[in-house]
Amino acid sequence: MRKSRPDPDSNKGILFFTYLMVGVFVCMIGYFGYFLQFQGETVINNSYNARLDRFSDRIVRGEILGNDGRVLARTETGEDGSEHRVYPYGSLFAHGVGYGDHGKTGLEALANFYLLTSHMNLAERTINELSGVKNIGDNVITTLDVDLQQAASDALGEHRGAVIVMEPDTGKILAMVSKPGFDPNTLGADWDQLISGDNEEAQLLNRAAQGVYPPGSTFKILTALEFIREHPDTWRDFAFDCDGTYEQGDYTISCYHGNAHGHQNLEQAFANSCNGAFAALGMEMDPGGLHSLAEQLLFNRELPLSVAYSKSSFTMNTGAEVWEILQTSIGQGNTQMTPIHNVMITAAIANGGVLMKPYMVERVENAAGEEIHRFLPQAWGNLLTAQEADTMAGLMRQVVTEGTGSAVRTESYTVAGKTGSAEFEAGRDTHAWFTGFAPAEAPQLTVTVVVEEAGSGGQVAAPVARRIFDTYFSLGVDG
Amino acid sequence: MVNVIIEVSKYLMILLMAAYTYLNFSYFRFHDERGQKKVCRRQNVAMFLLHFIAYLILYLKSEDERIVLFYLAQIVFFGAYLGLYRMFYPKLTRILVNNMCMLLCVGWIVLTRISLDKALRQFMIVSAAALVTWIIPFVVDRMWQLSRIPWIYGIGGLILLAAVWMVGNNSFGAQLSISFGGYSLQPSEFVKISFVFFVAAMFYRSMDLTTVAVTTLVAAAHVLILVLSKDLGSALIFFVTYLSMLFVATGRWLYLLAGTLAGCGASVVAYGLFAHVRTRVAAWQNPWADLDNRGYQITQSLFAIGTGGWFGMGLFQGMPYKIPVVEKDFVFAAISEELGGIFAVCVLLICLGCFLQFMMVAARMQALFYKLIAFGLGMEYLVQVFLTVGGVIKFIPSTGVTLPLVSYGGSSVLGTFIVFGVVQGLYILKKNDEEDYEEEQT
Repeated sequence: MRKSRPDPDSNKGILFFTYLMVGVFVCMIGYFGYFLQFQGETVINNSYNARLDRFSDRIVRGEILGNDGRVLARTETGEDGSEHRVYPYGSLFAHGVGYGDHGKTGLEALANFYLLTSHMNLAERTINELSGVKNIGDNVITTLDVDLQQAASDALGEHRGAVIVMEPDTGKILAMVSKPGFDPNTLGADWDQLISGDNEEAQLLNRAAQGVYPPGSTFKILTALEFIREHPDTWRDFAFDCDGTYEQGDYTISCYHGNAHGHQNLEQAFANSCNGAFAALGMEMDPGGLHSLAEQLLFNRELPLSVAYSKSSFTMNTGAEVWEILQTSIGQGNTQMTPIHNVMITAAIANGGVLMKPYMVERVENAAGEEIHRFLPQAWGNLLTAQEADTMAGLMRQVVTEGTGSAVRTESYTVAGKTGSAEFEAGRDTHAWFTGFAPAEAPQLTVTVVVEEAGSGGQVAAPVARRIFDTYFSLGVDG
Repeated sequence: MVNVIIEVSKYLMILLMAAYTYLNFSYFRFHDERGQKKVCRRQNVAMFLLHFIAYLILYLKSEDERIVLFYLAQIVFFGAYLGLYRMFYPKLTRILVNNMCMLLCVGWIVLTRISLDKALRQFMIVSAAALVTWIIPFVVDRMWQLSRIPWIYGIGGLILLAAVWMVGNNSFGAQLSISFGGYSLQPSEFVKISFVFFVAAMFYRSMDLTTVAVTTLVAAAHVLILVLSKDLGSALIFFVTYLSMLFVATGRWLYLLAGTLAGCGASVVAYGLFAHVRTRVAAWQNPWADLDNRGYQITQSLFAIGTGGWFGMGLFQGMPYKIPVVEKDFVFAAISEELGGIFAVCVLLICLGCFLQFMMVAARMQALFYKLIAFGLGMEYLVQVFLTVGGVIKFIPSTGVTLPLVSYGGSSVLGTFIVFGVVQGLYILKKNDEEDYEEEQT
């Protein structure tokens, strides 16, 4: 029995499975190699990865620089070898650049891996390694513009609020201000006070990306867009007579300060931010349609952002009550939105409907200034069609030429935008919004401003945007 | 200065490992015994050098004298195993013994770095396993009656699995082991072997439809009990092994196709039925969504592998202990983190080399019983390696199986020693046959 005849057929089966398993292993090793080579860096640059902190035993953390090379954060080494992080602009970049002790935030967290990796030349690194000297980490050059950041911060003054400035055609974030701020240089000493339960200022919160506000009239961009989508050929025929209030059953919607706008078509109603007209528009539309539009424009969804942010929320849906429809159509009600989300929608309108992914790291250089890595603009996709973007840009241009955006009306450049005055609590002043771009015909800059409890968007927020545009265009900064 | 030594030694170890792996495959080029012997000797040199460097670092970093003694004990073990085994069985395939030692060596290095106590314990178990399984090639070579008792394997295996299912200890949501006075045993590691013997003996007896049907039923019962015990990794290993053995025995594509479809269908049903299956799949699809809970283990593993990169962080420079059960299911991540991605790929290639040896033995065997045993054990071995490593690197959902000979765990290592012993026995049996044949010719 032990010497039964050979069975050549079964060897074919063996060969088949041998090849199959070798093939599977080749795929697996290929995947492993791909992960190590291409995905590894992105994956490990994560605040949950405790291993990165180990790098600082051997590397002096690199510098974070503005887009013109000015230093926003650097590490100073004392004579005793102790290191501490210095932020030359104090609280100016507190939220964008972030901080590195007490956990990491902002760019200190985002670019942690680059800052703790050294690409100095190999010989130098080896010599340092041998003599026990730390190598110098790579520097991160950001998209942040010191002058624009300063202008935005100055314009906001002592108000609470946020400003975000972005290039619509690239997604580069040029400025990101959140007030009140804090000084990362003295974070250690101030920490207990900052996180104490009695502190109602929430200085650590990056309002530009994490603050959620009722969008107020800036939401009329969505209401108008939905109406235009539902009536592509006839939306220009819309007409409304405004006497300062709009009544629907038992409910009344008032225009800002009870202004009576008179006869309004859609363009005029948008320019004058006529609440009555938009409440009436809302009653003509399908709440479910507005819901799906809002979700297309990234409400209730993750944003393509690497900084910490909050999700915007839009809850109204098919079958909503009249009051909810009236409120939601003018940007009140349950709708909540972050400034960075607003700037993204505005930027998509300015950029022919295409949203570019916002980013803050322009490139990584080694200590000698040689480029290691460059980040290129990336499109996220279309938020709206090119034609819709063009129509919306036209409506927003009229806000400035004819309507509530007169504060940014100037001979020097053309602005398109939308103001908003969002009620958030009865008896308290409104949050002032402005979101817009310039030049209207060939946009280079998108700006979104929110000023907490400060009054109307046209009177408070638009002038903040004006100072940013002034700074940008007088400097002749090219996009 | 220690840092420099670690840095330099890191590359040296990768180089030695790469050389060893290269030799492992260049072995197939040599058909004469002298060439093969030369390859094996060089492999031994590479392994002992690598072993020495690794333990030098381990000692320098920990400054624990026990490590020196432990190192010496390992040298004695490797010397004895490589030398005496060959003396006792002059006809065995040396390269397979070498690979066993290399994988054990890698496992001990990593284990010593993670926990010296566990490494010591593992060393004891391995020594005992090596001693106990010494006899196996002898038994396989002489006892052809092994092919006569399929039902002892089949029913015995089922009883063992059922016992674990009923009274087993629960670990990570699965019933895997039975405790005996402080020691816990994972019977599935041994049922894997009895299962292959059962299938081989059945098909050796007959390949008519009735036998195939009965065998399939018993195989399905094995898989079902394992699924009920939530030991999905083992269930998958049994399933794939049975299907491949069925195909090799019968040569029928129809069986392979039907089995594959049935397997896919069963996976879909299991996904719908069992929450723990869905959890594993969700943790695989997007571990980043739930970093703190379900995705914790796999993301820690990816952090370890990614941070280590191609060349590794160097011994004691990483944080393998951050990964839950790193010494068992996720040992591959620890290897990759500190010894480097290249080193880890070499470990994979060594495992693949073992598999190829198994397949060569299977192809050369004449009797279907032996052929199927070598083939089935080889498939089980490699599918297990695939499941564990694939899970660790997020190539496939994690199934919670160990890396044979490298991971910590007694049953796994004893089972693997038996498997390698059986294949050595078959190799020797074949050699004896060939020599008998040559004698008859002359």
